[in-house]
Amino acid sequence: MSAVSFLARERTIAAPGYSRWLIPPAALCIHLCIGQAYAFSVFNLPLSKLIGITQSAPDDWKLTDLGWIFSIAIFCLGTSAAVLGRWVEEGGPRRAMFTAALCWTGGFLVSAIGVYAHTLWLIYLGYGVLGGIGLGLGYISPVSTLIKWFPDRPGMATGMAIMGFGGAAFIAAPLSVWLMARFSTPSHVGVAEAWIAMGLIYLCFMMVGAAVVRVPAEDWTPPGYVAPAQPKRLVTTENVYVYQALKTPQFWLIWWILCLNVTAGIGVLGQASAMSQEMFKGQVTAVAASGFVGLFSLFNMGGRFIWSSTSDYIGRKNTYFCFFALGTVLYALVPYTGSIGSVGLFVACYAIIFSMYGGGFATVPAYLRDMFGTRYVGAIHGLLLTAWSMAGIFGPVLVNYIRQYNVDHGVPPAQAYNTTMYLMACLLVVGFICNLFVRDVHERHHMRAVEADAEVEAAPVFGRQ
Amino acid sequence: MADDSQLSSGNALKLLLAWTFVGIPLVWGVFQTLVNAIKAFH
Repeated sequence: MSAVSFLARERTIAAPGYSRWLIPPAALCIHLCIGQAYAFSVFNLPLSKLIGITQSAPDDWKLTDLGWIFSIAIFCLGTSAAVLGRWVEEGGPRRAMFTAALCWTGGFLVSAIGVYAHTLWLIYLGYGVLGGIGLGLGYISPVSTLIKWFPDRPGMATGMAIMGFGGAAFIAAPLSVWLMARFSTPSHVGVAEAWIAMGLIYLCFMMVGAAVVRVPAEDWTPPGYVAPAQPKRLVTTENVYVYQALKTPQFWLIWWILCLNVTAGIGVLGQASAMSQEMFKGQVTAVAASGFVGLFSLFNMGGRFIWSSTSDYIGRKNTYFCFFALGTVLYALVPYTGSIGSVGLFVACYAIIFSMYGGGFATVPAYLRDMFGTRYVGAIHGLLLTAWSMAGIFGPVLVNYIRQYNVDHGVPPAQAYNTTMYLMACLLVVGFICNLFVRDVHERHHMRAVEADAEVEAAPVFGRQ
Repeated sequence: MADDSQLSSGNALKLLLAWTFVGIPLVWGVFQTLVNAIKAFH
């Protein structure tokens, strides 16, 4: 059997008796690896001391230059998911997962060479570009497969995979620290060796996912599941072609919904530690603040599964109404927690906020499926991830610049975040309004069987088999 | 296609292996984070 045929979509069609519950672990094999990106910051300090070892030497890389590695990776995540979404959809999950594994591992290996050669652009190219493409491909590769296997619980299914992305940092951070300690010597920082080891571990893990994954047969449905004969409100039984989705207001409304939800969350995510220490000076130490951040990350991960699973029962639109309504109240409440000095209330507000931040990521594939059908949901999800890239820029910039502006104008540090939090609450109000306008996609956008085949044949696609 | 509630022993073993494979690192990571968070609170 050739490698090409092993990767072909036809080879991944599940035989009778295959359990659909094997698909979430296959997806987790991918997401638990690529989610390492969230823990990349543990390498920043060691990378800034490659020459000086104990402290940065003049020829060592600056933290500002190193910050670009993660930014390039996230940018490439969004663009590769958008550009290669259709290739992923049509080639099947195994080919996408296999390619993602090679890119992701390749990124680590090229970056390790960059460390040995002390050449930063090799790390930009390796982890940033190659790894970023692996991130994008890996992130969207299992989405539509999970939705097809779990038509009765699409939110829960995609939530499990995307929960893995949120939880991967819990594994990667201690693993990275342990590997660096293992390979470090008094005259050498073990970053390169740690990256080689991690690249190989991730390659094995991701290949298991690629080997296990299957797509259901065309006529397969879960036992006992009866597809609704008539489309329900806000849940279509039709399909919308990937690029046709861009012409619908629904796509752009959901794009803004994701962008605003992530902007609000990501903006405070990076500042949670500093914010808690400044708002509760004398009450919260740096160590306690790091404990809070760990706790918030757990809520971020748990929220991905819990909120997306809940959306299967209350509906996607209502779930986002919860995020935006509850989020608005909680963001507006945070300054009050500072004014009354209630650390407990602050932590409770933030825990729920982060659960909804994660929930926003995990629920959106099912929202897209409800609007545009299952056929191109992975590719449409890929296009939507550009909202994440945009939010990754907006969120931190808003928080950092507004805080600095306030401090420069004499606002005490304890109150410097108040304006930001109220602004975030306003963003969520805008998100609420966007969600309010989401209606069923007009039938003129639906694919008809003959048109669909013609469209697929006519359009160019990368590496089509 | 087998019903979710009527798994063959072969399928059950595959499921156990697959979920253990991804579950162990995830649980270990969450445990590490919780331990560190508890330490920080103390």
